[in-house]
Amino acid sequence: MSLEIPKEANIGKIQKVTLGATSEQGGTRSQTITIGGSTALPFLFFEGQHPHRPVIAMEVFDKIPGKYPETLMDYFGTVIDKPGEMAKKCVEQYGAEMISVRLEGTHPEKGNKSADEAARIVKQVLESVSVPLIITGHSYFEKINAVMKKVCEVAEGENCLINYVEKDNYKTIAAACIAYQHTLVAQTPIDVNLAKQLNILLSDMNFPPEKIVMDPLTGTLGYGLEYTYSIMERIRNDGLAGDKMLAFPMLVNPGYESSRVKEARVPEQEYPEWGKKELRCAYWEISTAMSLVVAGAELLIMHHPKAVETVKKKLVEMFDLRKGESPWPYRD
Amino acid sequence: MALSGLEIFKLLPKTNCGDCGVPTCMAFAMKLAQKKAELSECPHASEEAKATLGASSEPPIRLVKIGGDGARPLEIGNETVMFRHEKTFFHKPGIAIQLRTSEDEKELLSNIKEIENFKVMRVGEELKTDLFFISHDSEKMEDFLKLIKLIKQNSSKGIILDCQDEEALKGGLELLKLDRAAIFLRKELRDQDLDLARSFNTSLILTASSLEELARQAEKARQAKVNDLILNLESQNCGLKLQGNTILRRSALKKNFKPFGYPLFSFIQGQNEFEVLAKASVFLCKYDSVIALAQFDKAMLYTLFTLRQNIYTDPQKPIQVDPKLYPIGEPTPESPVFVTTNFSLTYFIVSGEIENSGISAHLVVTDTEGQSVCTAWAAGKFVGEKIAKFIKDIQLEQEIKTRKIVIPGFVAQLSGDLEEHLPGWKVIVGPQEASDIPSFVKNVKLT
Repeated sequence: MSLEIPKEANIGKIQKVTLGATSEQGGTRSQTITIGGSTALPFLFFEGQHPHRPVIAMEVFDKIPGKYPETLMDYFGTVIDKPGEMAKKCVEQYGAEMISVRLEGTHPEKGNKSADEAARIVKQVLESVSVPLIITGHSYFEKINAVMKKVCEVAEGENCLINYVEKDNYKTIAAACIAYQHTLVAQTPIDVNLAKQLNILLSDMNFPPEKIVMDPLTGTLGYGLEYTYSIMERIRNDGLAGDKMLAFPMLVNPGYESSRVKEARVPEQEYPEWGKKELRCAYWEISTAMSLVVAGAELLIMHHPKAVETVKKKLVEMFDLRKGESPWPYRD
Repeated sequence: MALSGLEIFKLLPKTNCGDCGVPTCMAFAMKLAQKKAELSECPHASEEAKATLGASSEPPIRLVKIGGDGARPLEIGNETVMFRHEKTFFHKPGIAIQLRTSEDEKELLSNIKEIENFKVMRVGEELKTDLFFISHDSEKMEDFLKLIKLIKQNSSKGIILDCQDEEALKGGLELLKLDRAAIFLRKELRDQDLDLARSFNTSLILTASSLEELARQAEKARQAKVNDLILNLESQNCGLKLQGNTILRRSALKKNFKPFGYPLFSFIQGQNEFEVLAKASVFLCKYDSVIALAQFDKAMLYTLFTLRQNIYTDPQKPIQVDPKLYPIGEPTPESPVFVTTNFSLTYFIVSGEIENSGISAHLVVTDTEGQSVCTAWAAGKFVGEKIAKFIKDIQLEQEIKTRKIVIPGFVAQLSGDLEEHLPGWKVIVGPQEASDIPSFVKNVKLT
């Protein structure tokens, strides 16, 4: 029986974005990481190019997160308050491909650390690991604008991923990214049009398109995942259909969002039908991460070492299909 | 070529007898045009109608039922879109748990009971497994029959039979005459499998490791008039299966390629439970209609149930939480009171942020039919009178002493209105964004 493989002809291509900078490029990273560049929906190797596998970052903190689960404390308890050492552990022991430094402690109500202090922590992590960095902030604009400006300055040339700006505060931080050669995350609240609008605003200030990563805002499993999932599918479909203002690689936060929810913390005695807490904590993050890569995520910031190991292994396996034998023709 | 409702109507008896379950022939024609019904549901359709409508009246992916003696069968398939945002995914995938006849009988009985009793509530929905997947891996035929009987005595869930021994399989099917079991074929489809499917009214799960092979087997079954099929594209690599499932679904929906117009299946085994979950998550998002698991792991099932609930909710219809009073932390009668709507995302975010702020509080969640704050306000469902009535209905005033209530900042305008309907209460306008609740509770006196 003759079988016709139905293929979609996409005219769009997702923007390639390179993160980090080696010494030749003005930074100190041992290598750079590139995401994006695909011309078909995620993992559909038979109908388009997928030059880069989704990448997994792990996260370190300038302040112990308020609801950090016990299960994760078992892995990181001794280094949780030492971002440099924790970053090293994430990279060397757990295979993190990038490190996100979450600067929540600079929030006026969560420690109010100064911009200088934040810059010092970023410096410290830059020195302790050689992978590219993500600098993750918060939504207290007045403060984070100053913090990010300072961080951009001290990390000049490192091409960090500055995470994030929103519609109401993009200018200062975007300008700092241009001045000190960093890449930027444009975050919008689970909405295709708002996402597009922010990318247009950035383009209007001549922000280079190869320096933009989108964050559609992660709802974790059971807490709005379906919205994030469908918005990402729509963004990716539109991007591949030729809408350049939606054709940027996407970042998601399965780690931070999954480790905050009840399911990561509540013991089995309290909810026997929820099963073992230690498993649940990893499962929640794995399921969130796997469904979001299927929807188009290319950069995942994760927390649970077991989740990182599992998701990375699956991604490598799936991308191995590009070489070797495949029952269906694929292009690379 | 798809026919319009009117074209189909001309071919129907036009008697409005209602035997198809729809009151008029016109309404039935419309359902046929939308591929939400099948012509076989009309007992009086002429041969001409059957011939003309034949292919075009069949839904692109067939609805297949498993289970049913006394219970509601699991219905799978009949999906119409590639992406949930295009419309919705209609029929939630069934989750099956494997039981093996080589296991000890006592053990099996306790497993069956545990699986049968396992239920989780989430956002007002009871979540549970749907099917048993029986693998006959012992020597004796009676082990197989015994296990089937054991399940029938203790559970109403549907059954998938995984059995290489023909005699045993036949015996099992005799026991399951009214149950619409499914037969899982590990090997290539044979004529005797088709005979069994026909005589026992069961569905067949066809297995192949390539699309061509799967198409060939499905075509063979179709020609033998066995139409309740489920397709299992076998692959160790979840990327391969994801691509295969995409091609299967696309061929059915976009090309109307009949051999692929059936629900899809996976049996996921493996030592590493984390990888099993990772695969199951991918297959749940991308088109599997039955997922069989070798292990009964509550944490994994709760995770998968939640993913299934998320992916299979109607994107046009917000999910709701029960309208009622929710305690956050351990509130006392003197704790602060917040009010919001019962759109589930609103509830999750607001309750999460109150929890983040470290205080204990009462959260009043009113019934806005799942609409968010601004939408509900605009629709008149989140206004002073309704909120006040709800507070009276749940007897909040008897339960707590606080007489201040925090409303969402976006509906500041209803504060006067609410105070008017809630004598003795003072309304405090909260922040517009839930993320500002932690700082708000620090700076404003709420009791």
